[in-house]
Amino acid sequence: MQEFLQQLVNGLVWGSAYALIALGYTMVYGILRLINFAHGDVYMMGAYSALFISGWLTAAGAPVAHSPVWAMVAMLGAMAAAGLLGFFIERLAYRPLRTAPRLTLLITAIGVSLFLQNIAQLAFGSEPRSFPELIASSTILQVGSVTLSNQQAIIIAVSVILALALQVIVHRTSIGRAMRAVSYDREAAALMGISVNRVISFTFVLGSALAAAAATLIALNNPLVTPTMGVQPGLKAFVAAVLGGIGNIYGAMAGGLVMGVAEVMIVGYGSSGYRDGIVFAILIIVLLVRPTGLFGSPVTERA
Amino acid sequence: MLRINDLHVYYGAIYAVRGVTLEVGPSEIVTLIGSNGAGKSTILRTISGLQRPRSGSITLNGTELTRMEPDAIVRAGVCQVPEGRHVFANLTVRENLELGGYTLARPSDRQEAIERVLERFPRLRERLKQYAGTLSGGEQQMLAIGRALMARPRVLLLDEPSLGLAPQLVHDIFAIIREINQQGTAVLLVEQNAHMALGIAARGYVLETGSVVLADAAHNLLNNPEVRRAYLGE
Ligand SMILES: Nc1ncnc2c1ncn2[C@@H]1O[C@H](COP(=O)(O)OP(=O)(O)OP(=O)(O)O)[C@@H](O)[C@H]1O
Ligand SMILES: [Mg+2]
Repeated sequence: MQEFLQQLVNGLVWGSAYALIALGYTMVYGILRLINFAHGDVYMMGAYSALFISGWLTAAGAPVAHSPVWAMVAMLGAMAAAGLLGFFIERLAYRPLRTAPRLTLLITAIGVSLFLQNIAQLAFGSEPRSFPELIASSTILQVGSVTLSNQQAIIIAVSVILALALQVIVHRTSIGRAMRAVSYDREAAALMGISVNRVISFTFVLGSALAAAAATLIALNNPLVTPTMGVQPGLKAFVAAVLGGIGNIYGAMAGGLVMGVAEVMIVGYGSSGYRDGIVFAILIIVLLVRPTGLFGSPVTERA
Repeated sequence: MLRINDLHVYYGAIYAVRGVTLEVGPSEIVTLIGSNGAGKSTILRTISGLQRPRSGSITLNGTELTRMEPDAIVRAGVCQVPEGRHVFANLTVRENLELGGYTLARPSDRQEAIERVLERFPRLRERLKQYAGTLSGGEQQMLAIGRALMARPRVLLLDEPSLGLAPQLVHDIFAIIREINQQGTAVLLVEQNAHMALGIAARGYVLETGSVVLADAAHNLLNNPEVRRAYLGE
């Protein structure tokens, strides 16, 4: 039982990161009907940004490991950098193809993904790089043999805060209302005087920033950064988004948590060899049993 | 006020609008009638910037709208109630109205505009918190019109507002259109219900396969034997 609870905690930690990444997939899908396969690589770029920012902070003499403020600075900086990257990806790669067939867009997304990985390899090398310690680890909660570290608590807490902030943006602000309108009916939204291009840009910035936040949070626990580090989490978050019903924000959050827990449980009780296989198993099962996902209403296609 | 000059619009190889010239004067109701596929919606979509013309020009009080983005055209004062209403079914009635007022700068302006629209459509007031998808067809049409009025357009484009509505509701909607017009909004009304449309319009254009074949005062069109035969079912 205690082991189970410990696994659950570990699963929720990964799950919150997947949830944050899944939000980007699901929002972009909701608005463009595009599976943005480059999203995992935006996560990777977010990790490098956080790495460099915390490196500069350390070099500048900031007591990085001793105050969560600096981790926060690194995270916000990485979010800004990834947001900018997301903005340019949409602007340069996807916007010119706005009226092209969907398949063209999908292939372009895969191209952008490979491009980002190669750029990262060229610029940062293929050797893993390691984060400085952002927050010194300590156990803040222990029940029996179940422990919760401060890092784990921060990952979960910050994810929850960001998810709530996103809810507020989507449901309580004018731009959020515009996002929902564009995703429901792009032309009708344009007739309201909404700049569809601006809403799409905003969506990419938001999703990319959340991916960078996830990358920084995960780095607290797993400090190694490589050019291909985005592939697996990207894939899992994508499946999480499908699991929750792609296009559905609550679904992405729930799907992320389920993915994280399922993965950790499989590794804990099964074999770590299945760790990455589980994602495909879940994907296939969802597509067979409930293609619209747990929370999805069928995606309505409009002419 | 709104002036369309020699407009040509294609969908790929389909030549949908073939050199249309028409005009809507300030505080005038002008109707555009024609059978299915004549190109009426295409003209409205092109005015709103949803469709790019091959050539021709669209101006509002001399300002060129032709290459503007749809949102800029709304801000210039041209709003459209599209064919089939296209309310945001997954949003509440209030949210739909707020979206109609998207171009209004301040939330207080938006609130004021909502009040103004609710005065015209009291039935929407009881439904503010309901999802637009749960409204009846007539209520959705009222919402679609109310939403378009939020931004206080100078020209209102209406694409078949009577489509699929019971006769009594059609009557109500036309009365409302006339009222909106009397308060100073120019209206370009696309209709298949030629009788009703010509009844409230000052002038009308008859469109056939992308071209204007007749343009005249509404009462002349009502008495035109060809129009009576082709569009008034006589
Ligand atoms: N998206 C499109 N792609 C290709 N052809 C189109 C498209 N939309 C309309 N058309 C064609 O353009 C022509 C004009 O269509 P349009 O919708 O403007 O007619 P309409 O007068 O509004 O008809 P209705 O009374 O049925 O609404 C038709 O031949 C139609 O088939
Ligand atoms: Mg039409």
